Amino acid sequence: MSLSRDDVAGVAKLAKLQFSSEELDQFTDQLGRIVSFVDQLNQVDTEGVDTMAHPLDVESVVREDQLADSLDRTDALKNAPKQDGEFFLVPPVMAK
Amino acid sequence: MNILELSATEIASKIAARELSSREVTAFFLERIDTLDSKVVAFTSRNAQALQQADEVDRKIQAGELSGALAGVPLAIKDVLCTPEMPTTCGSQMLKNFTAPYTATAVQKILDAGMVVLGKTNMDEFAMGGSTETSVFGPTHNPWDLNRTAGGSSGGSAAALAAGMAPISIGSDTGGSVRQPAAFCGVCGLKPTYGRVSRFGLVAFASSLDQVGCFAHHSSDLAATLQVIAGFDNRDSTSVNAEVFDYSASLGDSLLPLKVGIIREHLENEALDPDVRAAVAKTQDCLRELGAEIIEVELPHTNYSVPAYYVVAPCEASGNLSRYDGVHYGFRQLGETEDQPLESMIAASRSEGFGAEVKRRIMLGTFALSEGYSDAYYKKALRVRRLIARDYQQAFEKVDVLLGPTTPTPPYELGEKVGDPVQMYLGDLFTVGANLAGLPGLSLPAGMTEAGLPLAVQLQGRSMGEAKLLQVAHQLQRAGLFVPQVACVA
Repeated sequence: MSLSRDDVAGVAKLAKLQFSSEELDQFTDQLGRIVSFVDQLNQVDTEGVDTMAHPLDVESVVREDQLADSLDRTDALKNAPKQDGEFFLVPPVMAK
Repeated sequence: MNILELSATEIASKIAARELSSREVTAFFLERIDTLDSKVVAFTSRNAQALQQADEVDRKIQAGELSGALAGVPLAIKDVLCTPEMPTTCGSQMLKNFTAPYTATAVQKILDAGMVVLGKTNMDEFAMGGSTETSVFGPTHNPWDLNRTAGGSSGGSAAALAAGMAPISIGSDTGGSVRQPAAFCGVCGLKPTYGRVSRFGLVAFASSLDQVGCFAHHSSDLAATLQVIAGFDNRDSTSVNAEVFDYSASLGDSLLPLKVGIIREHLENEALDPDVRAAVAKTQDCLRELGAEIIEVELPHTNYSVPAYYVVAPCEASGNLSRYDGVHYGFRQLGETEDQPLESMIAASRSEGFGAEVKRRIMLGTFALSEGYSDAYYKKALRVRRLIARDYQQAFEKVDVLLGPTTPTPPYELGEKVGDPVQMYLGDLFTVGANLAGLPGLSLPAGMTEAGLPLAVQLQGRSMGEAKLLQVAHQLQRAGLFVPQVACVA
C-alpha cells in the first residue's frame, strides 16, 4: 500500500514524535518505500499458520510475593531530568 | 612476550602462573586504546577504575580466592548493557547522560569471573543499524580500512578486537548485530540461542529477538566467554532454565559423524559477492577434509526473513522505546505547545533525543500495530516467522549445522548505504533468520579479499546447540581456515 503525508502525520502523533514539514516529506517517502518492501510478505500463503510472537513456548512465570530490597529512592531518582528528592517533576498536564 | 599473540585463555593461564598480571595486561590494552581509538572510534567511554580493579583481581588470584578460564582478562562491553560505574548511552542523545543504577546480569557474571572492563563500545543508536553510523558519537571505522564500516550494530565491539584494543568483547544481536560486524572486522562472533544469556540489564530493542553475544579472535575464547555469561536468571523470565554445557571441554571432541547443510537459497542469491561465495566454498572443502558430509538443504521462506524482521522488530521497538518520555531518565526538552505542556514536553524530548533511524523504526512499528493494519502487517509477519522457524526445524532433521555466508558482501564504505534504509536492511539477509527462529549463529573469518578486506562464513545450529557450533568453528580454525589477526591501524 502507499502512505500519504497525512497517514504519516497521524502515525507520528500516535508515536509521540513531531516532525518539521521537510522531515514529514522525507519520512513519507522513506516509510512508503519500506512498507512497499515489506508488502512482499503478501506473496506467502499463511492460511492456517499460527502466529509466532516468540521463539520459546513462553509460559507465565509466577512466584511468591516476597519482601525484598529494591532500588533506593536516591538511585531511582538520580537520572531524572527534574526531581525534588522525593518525586519526579513534570510540566503541568494542562495549561492554567 | 607479545600479548596480542595470546588467546584470552592463554592470557588467563599466564596470569594464573604469575608470568603476567591482570594489571600488566589491562595497562597494555588501555595504552593501545589511547593510541588507536582516535582513529577507530570503537569506545564511547573508558573505565577509569580499570587498573585498580585489575589490582584487586590480581590480589584475589594470588590469594587463591579467584580462578577460572578467563580470570584477570580485560574485555570491552557494548554500550547497551547496564554498568553502574560508566554511562550506558546506547549511542543515543537520549541516554547520553544516563548511568544505570544497576548491573546487567551478563556484566555481573563477567565481573564475578574476574574479568576487567576496559570500557564501553560504540554502536548504532539503540542497536538499530548495520554500520555503527547512527551513533551519536559518530561512526566506528573498520581497522582493516578506516574508510569502511566496521559493521553494526555492535561495530565498536568488533573493531576493538580487530585493532587489538581488547582480547574479548561483548555485543548484542537482534538481527545480526554480533555476526555481521564480526564478519566485517575479521573476528569470531557468536549469537547464542534466544534465552541462553539473560537479557536483564540489556537495554531492550526487540524483546523476542534480542540476545547477548560475544566476540573473540579464537573460537576457544568464544566458548570460554559463553561459559561465563550463559545461564538462567530469575530476573529474566525468558532466559532458558537449562544446564550450561562445558563448552570448552568438548571443543576437541571428534566431530564425526557430522552432516553440514549448505543453504541453497543463500548461495543462489544474486546479491552474494563472488569473494564471499568463494569463502563459503573454501569452508565447505575444509569441512569435507575434516570428514563431514555436505548436504544441500532448502530454507524455502528465507527470502522473506528480511521483510518479516522489518515488521516484527520495529513493532517490538515501538513499544519498548515508548518508555523514553523525558520523565524518569534520559533527555528532556520542553515543548512549545502551551495548552498541553506535559504532552508537548514528551514529544519534544523524543523528537530531539532520537536520531533518524530510531524514529523511522518507531514510526514503522507504530504504523504496523495501528488499528486496521496490525492484521495485515504484524500478524502476517508473525505467521511468516512461524514458516521460517519450521524451515529451520525441517533442515535440522537432516543436518547438524548449516553453513552459509554471514553477509552478502565484504565491508562497504562509510556513507555508502546510510541514506537508503532498504539497502541497509538487505545487508541482514543471511542473519535475521536465526533471530526470528531463536537459533544460535556463529560468524567466523574465512580469509581476505585481494584488497585485504575480511571475509567470513556463518554457521547456524539447533536450539541450544552452541557446543556443536563452537566445536566445528574450533576445528575449522585448527585446520587453518583462518589465522587470528590484528589489523595494523594506519
